[in-house]
This record gives sequence, structure tokens and C-alpha cells, in this order.
Amino acid sequence: MNAPGQEQKHREPDPLIASASQTIGPFFHVGPGASDACGVVAAPGVPGERIRLRVQVFDGDGAPVTDALVELQQADASGRSWEPAGVDDPPVFSGFGRLATSEDGACCFETIRPGPSSPDEAAHITVCLFMRGLLRHLVTRIYFDGDPAIDRDAILALVPAGRRATLVARGSDDGATWDFIVRLQGERETVFFDV
Amino acid sequence: MASARVSEIVMTDRHALEAGSQPPLLYPPYKSTVKRAPAQPLIIVPQRLAGLTTPVYGYLPIGDTDNDLTRQHTGEPQGERIIVAGRVLDEDGRPVPHTLVELWQCNAAGRYRHARDTHPAPIDPHFSGAGRTITDAEGRYRFVTIKPGAYPWGNHDNAWRPAHIHFSLFGRSLATRLVTQMYFPNDPLCAYDPMFRSVRDPRAQQRLVARFELSLTEPNWALGYGFDIVLRGRESTPFEGRV
Repeated sequence: MNAPGQEQKHREPDPLIASASQTIGPFFHVGPGASDACGVVAAPGVPGERIRLRVQVFDGDGAPVTDALVELQQADASGRSWEPAGVDDPPVFSGFGRLATSEDGACCFETIRPGPSSPDEAAHITVCLFMRGLLRHLVTRIYFDGDPAIDRDAILALVPAGRRATLVARGSDDGATWDFIVRLQGERETVFFDV
Repeated sequence: MASARVSEIVMTDRHALEAGSQPPLLYPPYKSTVKRAPAQPLIIVPQRLAGLTTPVYGYLPIGDTDNDLTRQHTGEPQGERIIVAGRVLDEDGRPVPHTLVELWQCNAAGRYRHARDTHPAPIDPHFSGAGRTITDAEGRYRFVTIKPGAYPWGNHDNAWRPAHIHFSLFGRSLATRLVTQMYFPNDPLCAYDPMFRSVRDPRAQQRLVARFELSLTEPNWALGYGFDIVLRGRESTPFEGRV
């Protein structure tokens, strides 16, 4: 760092080189994967349509990925993102969830259906996926089957039409449980985003 | 103006990838990438589609001993006590204050407290190997822990991971989310480690190696290692005061 008075004001300094991503490895359960409480994105009583969201991950052989960490981020039912007031204030609705997958490659979150944040997007949940074998984490999105706004979503419009279905969760008959399948490779490989 | 700045971020990152300062997704020397790296190209999201840039933050309460891995049990863990401290910065060198820093590691013998870790080295009943803290107003963090051991893994014949500590950070947006690893200076195992070598740019490799620092070292108690973490993005000016 420059001492006061020594800053070079006439030109932008070269950017620092960013820290490189590294894999989360197979043993993250001792750290960030430790708490199952993070499976509750919206506590009971939060306004909105309560759903269970099951995320299941498969590798290039079609085998379940039993050591993935799945993180969700979503808006509330009115489309607003939660911003922290302080780290010691427990939110009722965090908008954030984090679970490790089990032996079947799946994990299950309790949340509410998000609302759209703007008129040109469909309601969605953002997913970050970490695992052994991923040197950088993957980012994808969950949309909801049957949502008419899907046709006007600006991000989905970037995705080749034939691959959009990989981003759509399927609901149970009563709409209470939604399934989202992540395929890392293969014919129906899930779309991942560079953000 | 703001959108011009953010598109710059996208360019910066893409160029960084091409220059080898971020690892590729498919890197066959690290075998697990072969069946797990997506085959299709990633879909590039212009930052003006702001839905992916909302602040993210995991709510996790911070406990008194969460930043001191040597005080989480009734007794002290075995091994070499160390201090790991540094700053979280953006690519302009500006501090990232009040952001969650999580770390986890194996014990001094090279064993994780994890059911799937089968390395025949002793488990330390006084070491869980996980910590978390929040950066202060200047982006600083500090942990007390023990130096992790090297351990074998099954990637190739006689494969050993260099001693390392895993770090997880959120920063201000989805684009700054980072999971990385910290290595120790002058570790001969780094030259053989496909994870370390997946980062090809030597400057980016050095960013992942902690520095021994006498100023962080506490006399008659523990060696100090400095480790600054630089999150992607140069966006702090438009968002200053919003954190």
C-alpha cells in the first residue's frame, strides 16, 4: 500500500490478480457443510407458498454425486432479496440455503416459491454447486414448470431453446414438492452460467 | 457508466481464465474433473441482467471460539500452533469489510475428522478443523489453528496433497463467491499437486501461498502466516457505503 500523499492519482493502478478458485474437496462436511439448519431457506410463517425443493445431482456416468454442496439464493414471495442487517440478527427468511447431498445424490430444502424481481424475468432460484472434481463452482438457475413468465425471461432467452428444459423444476401433483435434476454431462446436461 | 464498469469485470475475468489465473473446469491430471466438468460451454450472463448480482449472505451465527481452532475442545490439539491472518480485498485493492470467512482443514497428522477419510493417521479428539469469522471494517480477519499435515490421496500413484487450508468467502455478489485453498511457503509437494498446478499463471499460484510474517508471529507462542484473499470484481466504488 502507498503511504498517504504518495498515491498516483493520474492513472488507475493495475488490478490485483484475483485469488484462484480451488475445489471444495470431499471433506467440506466438517466445515461449511456442517449445519443442516441451512436447509430451511424460509422458516414456517414466512409469507408465500410453502414448497419442498429437492435437488439431485448426477455425474457423467449417470451416477449420483454423493459429495456435492448445494447453495441456493432466492427472492421472497414479493420478489425482494434479503439484505443482512447484521450478522447477529437471525432472519426469518434468509433467502439462502446450503445442504450437502446424500447417498442418492439429493438434498431437500424447505422454502417458499420466490416471486419475480422484475417484469422481464420469471421467478427463479440461483444455485451454486460445489464438489470434488470441480476446480471452479458451477452456477445455474431453477425455474418453475408451468410459469407463463418463463417465455419472457431475459436470462432463459440467452439459452439455446433445446436446453432450456434443463433449468425447469417439475412439481408434484399438489405443487408442494418440486424436483430439480442436475446432470453434469450427457445428452441432457444442465445449463450452467458464467457470471 | 455503471454498466460499462461491470462489463469490464466480465472481460477481466474471462481474460484471467484464458491467462491461466483461474483453473479450467476440465483438467485431466485431476482425475475427478473428467466425469464432473460440464462438456457444454457456460452461458455468459451480461452483468446488466442484474438478477444474478444481488448480495448473497449465509446466515450463520459466529461463536466465541469460531476463529480459534485450538480452543474448541477441553484440551489443546496436537501440532504446531499457527496464526493465519490477512485481508479480503477486491481487485482494486479495496477492503471487503464485514464478509464471512470460513475455513476447514485436516489435523497435524493429515487426517480430517470425517467418516470418509480413511488415511491411517490418528484423529485428534481436540481438533474439529473448522472455523469462521467476519472481516472487520478494513477487511481484516484472523484465525488461530494448527499447521495441517500433508496426506495421501488416490488421484495417481504416490499422490500427496500439500499441506493446505480450505477457505470459503461470499463477498458482495454472486460473482465474488469463492472457495479456494491456502498453501504454505516452500512446500515441495505443490510442484506435484494437480490442484495447485491447475492454476497455470505463477503469479496466481503465489496468490494461493501464504507468507511467513514475523509481524504476525507471537513471541513464545505461535508462528504467523499472512494470507490476503482477492475477490473478483472492481465494483466497490458504486456500491461503497451499501454494505
